[in-house]
Amino acid sequence: MSTTSPLEKAGATTGNWLDERVGASKVVKGFSRKIFPDHWSFMLGEVALYSFVILLLSGTFLTFWFVPSAGETTYTGPYAPLAGQHVSEAFNSTLHLSFEVRGGLLMRQIHHWAALVFVVSIIVHMFRIFFTGAFRKPRELNWVIGMLLAILALIEGFLGYSMIDDLLSGNGLRIAQAIVLGIPVVGSYVSFFLFGGEFPGEAFVPRFFVLHVLLIPAIMLMLITIHLILVVVHKHTQYPGPGRTNNNVVGFPLFPIYTAKAGGFFFIVFGVIALMGALFQINPVWIYGPYDPSPIGAGAQPDFYMGFLDGAVRIMPGFVEFEIFGHTVSPNIFIPTLVVPGLMVTPALLYPWIEQWITGDKREHHLLDRPRNAPTRTALGVMAITLYVLLWISGGNDIVATHLHLSINDITYFMRVGVFVLPALAYVITKRICIGLQRKDREKVLHGRETGRVFRTEEGEVFELHAPLSAHDRWLLVGFDAPEPAQALSATDAAGVRRPGGRLEKLRQKISKFYFEDRVAPVTPAELASAHHHGDHEEVTAGEGSKPAVGSGH
Amino acid sequence: MSTNEPDHGGSDVAVHDGDLPARFENPGLPEHKHRLTDTDPKAARRAEKQVALLFVLSIVGTLVMIVGYFAVKMDHGLGFLDYLDRLALSNQILGIGMAVSLLGIGVGAVHWAKTLMPDEERIDYRHLQRGTDEERADAVEMLNTGVEESGFARRPLIRNTLIGAMALFPLPGIILFRDTGPLPEKVLTETFWKAGDRLTLDPEGGPIKASDMVLGAVAHVMPEGIEEAEHVLNEKAKAAVLLIRLEEDQLAPESLDGAYGGIVAYSKICTHMGCPVALYEQRTHHLLCPCHQSTFDLTQNCKVIFGPAKRALPQLPITVDDEGYLVAAAPFGEPVGPSYWERS
Amino acid sequence: MSALAARRRHPLATALIVVLGLLVTGVAYAAVMPSTADASTSTASADDIEEGRKLFLANCSTCHGIDAEGRNEAPSLIGVGAASVDFQVGTGRMPLAMSGPQAPEAPVRLSDEQTSQLSAYVASLGAGPAIPSEEAIDPAQGDVSKGAMVFRTNCAMCHNAAGSRGALTRGKFAPPLTDVEPKYIYEAMVTGPQSMPVFPDQTITPDQKRDVIAFLSTINEAPDPGGMSLGRLGPVTEGLVAWVLGLTVLIGFAVWLGAKSS
Repeated sequence: MSTTSPLEKAGATTGNWLDERVGASKVVKGFSRKIFPDHWSFMLGEVALYSFVILLLSGTFLTFWFVPSAGETTYTGPYAPLAGQHVSEAFNSTLHLSFEVRGGLLMRQIHHWAALVFVVSIIVHMFRIFFTGAFRKPRELNWVIGMLLAILALIEGFLGYSMIDDLLSGNGLRIAQAIVLGIPVVGSYVSFFLFGGEFPGEAFVPRFFVLHVLLIPAIMLMLITIHLILVVVHKHTQYPGPGRTNNNVVGFPLFPIYTAKAGGFFFIVFGVIALMGALFQINPVWIYGPYDPSPIGAGAQPDFYMGFLDGAVRIMPGFVEFEIFGHTVSPNIFIPTLVVPGLMVTPALLYPWIEQWITGDKREHHLLDRPRNAPTRTALGVMAITLYVLLWISGGNDIVATHLHLSINDITYFMRVGVFVLPALAYVITKRICIGLQRKDREKVLHGRETGRVFRTEEGEVFELHAPLSAHDRWLLVGFDAPEPAQALSATDAAGVRRPGGRLEKLRQKISKFYFEDRVAPVTPAELASAHHHGDHEEVTAGEGSKPAVGSGH
Repeated sequence: MSTNEPDHGGSDVAVHDGDLPARFENPGLPEHKHRLTDTDPKAARRAEKQVALLFVLSIVGTLVMIVGYFAVKMDHGLGFLDYLDRLALSNQILGIGMAVSLLGIGVGAVHWAKTLMPDEERIDYRHLQRGTDEERADAVEMLNTGVEESGFARRPLIRNTLIGAMALFPLPGIILFRDTGPLPEKVLTETFWKAGDRLTLDPEGGPIKASDMVLGAVAHVMPEGIEEAEHVLNEKAKAAVLLIRLEEDQLAPESLDGAYGGIVAYSKICTHMGCPVALYEQRTHHLLCPCHQSTFDLTQNCKVIFGPAKRALPQLPITVDDEGYLVAAAPFGEPVGPSYWERS
Repeated sequence: MSALAARRRHPLATALIVVLGLLVTGVAYAAVMPSTADASTSTASADDIEEGRKLFLANCSTCHGIDAEGRNEAPSLIGVGAASVDFQVGTGRMPLAMSGPQAPEAPVRLSDEQTSQLSAYVASLGAGPAIPSEEAIDPAQGDVSKGAMVFRTNCAMCHNAAGSRGALTRGKFAPPLTDVEPKYIYEAMVTGPQSMPVFPDQTITPDQKRDVIAFLSTINEAPDPGGMSLGRLGPVTEGLVAWVLGLTVLIGFAVWLGAKSS
């Protein structure tokens, strides 16, 4: 350092101070040049993270005015249609902070939009993880933590909009209470403990408030911290490509590039959410009015992330409820609200281990799959999305009916069948598409890229000229693993002794066959050589007759 | 481990007959291509200006927000509509100012990173998560030593009593929550309705004469005096009733006992999840719940004809008192609202 | 009061009372009667009724019967009153253009004069609710907050909290109330058109009806302070905005962030 500016000097002094007390130099050395790969889909999780930070910031602002009490008061604020009406302190203070605190409405809207963006980004992030196989070893734990965070996000959101005590959320809360009440054996007790007695009572607002602003955010913050630590420990996954292998990570260093990019992206996410808060009205509780168990508004819906549950409830036929030995059992309530989400979440939670068991693959995976190269997994994912979307549409069947001029009853009948048939159909179609894309990849490797130039032979045959792929372009299309179905082992081993776990192994083989029997293998050098050989021209072309057999699994 | 393929350079596979490898090999990173800003100082200068401009834009946004905060006052003297207009203006100025302020920084920083910071990709190497065999052996050794030193394995008395204590100590933490609420007892089976209670209009509260209910009319009613109840909302959540007048011959025989001259009263609380079943279709005589579309047929004693509810809406038997006002002839004959285990 | 009581036996008292009574009746008649039962029968001229009858035979009798006695799906029109005709024909719901789950609002097909003639004819068939007076539907005279409470309990479950519309069974729906003339809101409440139940003056008083009208005209005029209303339809449209707009814009930024600069 020949010349030092005052700024550099100050930096050096601070650095020295910190290093001597907390060993800052080791931290900087360890982290500042950590490499992060570039890809837009890697930013989805960051959208979720940043929305969470925005939720903490805007939520803290709101708590300065929100009064977590169901105590009754009279509305005297500027919103004329509610003048003089009996409302709860919670509702009153929400109106006060929306209408009389400058920037209060903006913060409320930012908070609510951020909550929606938070859940949206979690869902999309998780499907990115799923479709690219990023949940595979060693990241199974992080997948589970992510699932837990997603579930907590739903609960957190529901508590947040319920404690305002407006008419819309109040009716939603009534439904939640009925779900609790419908749990066999213990339902009414749990409900009474939760609400401090009968519904609605006055206890739920302060209780929900503490859960919403303290307990659940604290748990989420802890899980998010672990989630991020694990990302650092594992180093980020990367998409396959030339130069990218399972034991390197190619990208840009944390400092300065990702500091600028990810730091900047936080401001972008915040800015976009602020813009939504400025331009789009959300949850106008003044229109709904205060909660009262007698009135209700048409179009009674939960926030979107609860919509799939509400949809499952709506399409569930009621006849399944029955009485036995003087007790009422309500599968029409607990099947759609407890069993269905359980059946959706549990396999998803366990999926990393399920797939590991099927493939028998215990290796670490840091290179992502292109979704087409894991057709069965991709198809299962699309199946899940289809089910989710159908349930969500069912949850908005009244809005769909009025806006598309359909009968609400017809929509319900359609969905009762549709939730079984359409996901299966989506599975089949997706799998066909994936395999089709894989075959196209093979074609491209074997016969080169279409150039668009058409060549006519003297005999009148027409060819399109194909240019061979460069090694770099080719690598993306051939550098993947296509597991073969687990080989059927004989029930006894070589020594004639019955293998342990034979039945489970048979099941594994069956599922493995289901997963991989129509696999499309990547082109091998030998196949490429033979394709070149068959071509009539040095310039590789694809004539009618030279279509190679797809190297399918046996 | 077998997955960790050697990190090959850019060698391609020669296409020859004979000893071809089983798989293609990774050709290595493609050659780095320089950006315009790397090669053209003018472009770099332009990018620099753009980034600075974005940061200036952010400053402008912040100023707009600050000025907007003080300039747009929420004045209670304004009329209602003007007040809302003012609020909308305030929300937009603050929000757009804030968005510009944030987006200016964010877009500027990313643009800076993309155009002016080095864009040559770098490589980090990964290591297996598991420790080396040596490290693992050491770890096992340390743990064993610890267990040995503590005597945890050698002193079963301590071990077993500790396990017992650990298993029991959270119990008070659960028991402490016992007082979060009373036990349900019988309250779910009872409502505010007693025989002789006048039916009063919700929300304004006057009693209703039978003659007030013209054909096809509907009224939302509560028992008289419910506003004085100890927990008004809790009582309303069970006592809400819908009063409807149809032609007497349209009613099912089993509902006639509780009817008065074609006027019937049914619980408005859905037997499915407790929403108010308040939508009455006069022509079809169907009641529809807006939450989950359970549909009840008034002409069949409010039997469920569609949707996820199972049980019919309970009927409140009504009659008239000496002055001709409608009153409850008896309380509900069964618990109202959603199902629960103890309900029989 | 005592002075008045002392003169009660004055010979002129009876005459005075009679005159006063007549006067009060007349004023009350003018103010109140147009909004209650059989008033319109007497105010319409015989010519109007005759013209109305011709219009009825040409436009309505195919479904409602020559004598308006009703048949099959079409209800009897005897005793439905002028308000009912004014509502159904004035909003274009009748004459029915094509059959469906319910008669939707449509372009009006009869002139105002024809509508009033037709109303007069139907009103002459039997006593029913009359067309409300200007005063009965004047939003300026209503109490917005009281109207909001009445609306919330009696109307919102079908029409939605903001009157944005709502679904009924089998393709029927409660129409939006965002652009409905006060007169028609009043008439709908007293006559209960189609699926809608009747809200007689005894259960929702004329004052309360005016309050509801005041509430609706207020919230229809009121700007949405938070920005675009998204149809005032609640969480479904909000969710769609989060997915379609929020996510798309953010992914757009992410793609830009991840793409190589040229």
